[in-house]
Amino acid sequence: MSATSAIKAQELTHLQRLEAESIHVMREVAAEFRNPVMLYSIGKDSSVMLHLAKKAFYPSPPPFPLLHVDTTWKFREMIAFRDQAARDARMDLIVHTNQDGVKQGVTPFTHGSSVYTNIMKTDALKEALTKYGFDAAFGGARRDEEKSRAKERIFSFRTENHGWDPKNQRPELWNLYNARVRKGESIRAFPLSNWTELDIWQYILKEDIPIVPLYFAAKRPVVERDGMLIMVDDERLPLAPGESPEMRLIRFRTLGCYPLTAAMESPAASLPEIVHEMLIARTSERSGRLIDHDEAGSMEKKKREGYF
Amino acid sequence: MDNFDPAAFAEYLSRQERKDLLRFLTCGSVDDGKSTLIGRLLYDTKLLFEDQLATLQKDSAKHGTVGEDIDFALLVDGLEAEREQGITIDVAYRFFATEKRKFIVADTPGHEQYTRNMATGASNADLAVILIDARKGVLTQTRRHSYIASLLGIKNVVLAINKIDLVGYSKDVFDQILADYGEFAHELAFESIQPIPMSARFGDNVTQRGESLGWYDGPTLLEHIETVDVRSSEAERPLRFPVQWVNRPNLDFRGYSGTIASGTVSVGEELVVAASGRTSTVKSIVTFDGEKNHAVAGEAVTLTLADEVDISRGDLLCDASERPEVADQFSAHLIWMHDDALVPGRNYLFKVGTKTVSGSVTEIKYNVDVNSFQHLAAKQVELNEVSVVNLSFREPIAFDAYADNPATGGFIVIDRLSNLTVGAGMIDFALRRAANIHWQAVDLDKHRRGDAMGQRPAAIWFTGLSGAGKSTVANLVEKRLFALGKHTYLLDGDNVRHGLNRDLGFTEADRVENIRRVAETARLFVDAGVIVLCSFISPFRSERQLARDLLEPGEFVEVFVDTPLHVAEKRDPKGLYKKAREGRIKNFTGIDSPYEAPERAEVTLAGGMAAPEDLADQVVDYLREHGYI
Repeated sequence: MSATSAIKAQELTHLQRLEAESIHVMREVAAEFRNPVMLYSIGKDSSVMLHLAKKAFYPSPPPFPLLHVDTTWKFREMIAFRDQAARDARMDLIVHTNQDGVKQGVTPFTHGSSVYTNIMKTDALKEALTKYGFDAAFGGARRDEEKSRAKERIFSFRTENHGWDPKNQRPELWNLYNARVRKGESIRAFPLSNWTELDIWQYILKEDIPIVPLYFAAKRPVVERDGMLIMVDDERLPLAPGESPEMRLIRFRTLGCYPLTAAMESPAASLPEIVHEMLIARTSERSGRLIDHDEAGSMEKKKREGYF
Repeated sequence: MDNFDPAAFAEYLSRQERKDLLRFLTCGSVDDGKSTLIGRLLYDTKLLFEDQLATLQKDSAKHGTVGEDIDFALLVDGLEAEREQGITIDVAYRFFATEKRKFIVADTPGHEQYTRNMATGASNADLAVILIDARKGVLTQTRRHSYIASLLGIKNVVLAINKIDLVGYSKDVFDQILADYGEFAHELAFESIQPIPMSARFGDNVTQRGESLGWYDGPTLLEHIETVDVRSSEAERPLRFPVQWVNRPNLDFRGYSGTIASGTVSVGEELVVAASGRTSTVKSIVTFDGEKNHAVAGEAVTLTLADEVDISRGDLLCDASERPEVADQFSAHLIWMHDDALVPGRNYLFKVGTKTVSGSVTEIKYNVDVNSFQHLAAKQVELNEVSVVNLSFREPIAFDAYADNPATGGFIVIDRLSNLTVGAGMIDFALRRAANIHWQAVDLDKHRRGDAMGQRPAAIWFTGLSGAGKSTVANLVEKRLFALGKHTYLLDGDNVRHGLNRDLGFTEADRVENIRRVAETARLFVDAGVIVLCSFISPFRSERQLARDLLEPGEFVEVFVDTPLHVAEKRDPKGLYKKAREGRIKNFTGIDSPYEAPERAEVTLAGGMAAPEDLADQVVDYLREHGYI
């Protein structure tokens, strides 16, 4: 054995282990699938996933494109950030919007958050995956986010209709992932499965990963609805009679469609401050997303139907 | 926000960085309280957020099974069906941390029908918390889960004797269960067993001492898992680097990306490609964050080598002085995970590390009774059964015994048709000890190619009159060989005359040239490792001798389809005899040109006397008896 055997595996830190595990998953996907794609939602988890992809294949650029499902209701800062991130990573960016939904005038206000999400996110995603014939799609979901996610495999099988059958998942032992699918079927691969929200923030801090400025506190125009602070990102947000946006010092813990993503009041304007704030937070991350609030099983239902 | 203190924060971060990670699973029978225990751990370590707690209280009122109290099980049973039925179906992964460690816990189902999910959770765990309901004692599931945990290499066990409150916090009950467990556990390969009496529901001995358990002076569960030493010996084992992906951004860079499964690697170190025996030295260890001088087990890196060596995904790079074995037949433990029983002889895919090979179970040696650990004679392996089997792979792979190195000795079994993961296994040893002789680096040749295909390449040369049935029999033989997983190709007048030999007519010179080209083509196929079937009238001994001479002894198998002229003429499938008799075709074999019957054909078939299927069987039998297949 070599003289360096005194170096213990134990010296790898928690984050180094998570990083290596994620890279392993990404390389398995790249090696085993014909046509993989990385779902890029522009949020902090996507930023970490993209950063890990750059690491996994260096010095090559990641051997797959990025796919962004654009509902047309993303924060403007997110879109600018997205385009820059793809350029920096030397990756192709596919932007897909459900044109039917746009034609029918589907918005979070006219159709309610549930129908809107279904058409502009879930349907749009399925449409894009089918259109380009992707047989594997990376997602940035983590098991600590939500209960049905906690049950999901790292290589999660999807039927031809992009459905998930949670009761009948393939056993997944060690780091041996079953990548076999028939034509039309696919795998959703979740390289961040074992990361927690705190891990994500610590890693962003340690690696100095760029994230959308909306995560940092700034004075922004908001309206308060049902105890949630909604940012007025453009003139499309319908204001109730008597409602007028006010400038408040806010930031976002999670980013989605601006009318569906609640901000929090916070003075945390730097990464260390954000992470510090995280440590004393007593509200779980997804509570900033309006779509999870219906009932406890709502995420599972959405996932069965093809949501990420 | 609280006052932000950068110095204190930096201190906090560095403390976080130094924490290590323990992965464990909870298992045991149904209703032993696994999910409740994890919920209690999350609650007591303050990992629950306020909104999660609110949801939990709402769910407890709707589905809860503990009256007005919070039902912690609902916290982890994430699937709708699970909450409705009050059971755990699939593994749930939970995350929590204390000042000392970070934890990932896999909560696994207790029902026997979901044993495969328990095995899934166990495969990545360093420690198993096995729950026992104090009222019920050691059950079959306790033994099954203990056995599987041990089989998968878990060395450290916590025996959580739960619901101790329901037996009056009795020390006698605790001692009795401990004695019962010890009776069978000594047969398992655990290094440490920590028994803890507890009540997950009331929190006794989970994170805090139980007031009613004064007679117990051991650690609480949390104390134990915070301090137990589960350091793996991965880094001290010999280097194993399964190549995942060949990294070729441009012509000047060729790297091999992968995760170091065990050992360490340094620049300048000599490595060997286990299967081919080729060696080279590490030129650089490349990462996004810069080049490194060495790297250790667990790291995902890209290696470049000093020499041009043929390496692809699935190859195992190793310490040249401590090589793994290379073999194609193994004895292994197998856990079956599908409703359809294992079928010996059926072709499955086996994924070992980054290598996927086809192969089959050649023999079920015995199944293991998980209750008594006795060996049971068995003809099949059903869902959730554990079996010891012999395996045969289509090609040799580099491996270590699972006990020595799980990363290079564990495998999953994939059904080729459904693509489902139907089993998981652990290699114990190679069946042919001779395989322990490492491959020496040699150039690829037909023998190695043939070995890789599981066959001895040869040209099977069918000769006989037109209409004798050569192509019919050759086709049947090819189908049978294909069904056996052999690599074959059929050359006959039809596919040669239209392409390769399109420029040739039927003069004698052209007919000789025709056979020469066919023989040369057959030789190339044999060199490629293929069994090539050639179906040509080839009436002249000299022509057939020419073909035989092009090949090495043993590579030319002459099959004489000896069908009498009158039978062949009566069949006349293409109407050629009729034309020849009418003089419209000249030099037709058997009519106005001779057929020189072979004098020493390897196989002679009595054409016209037996069904073509029987004739094909005779050829296949010959190939089997003479070691071609």
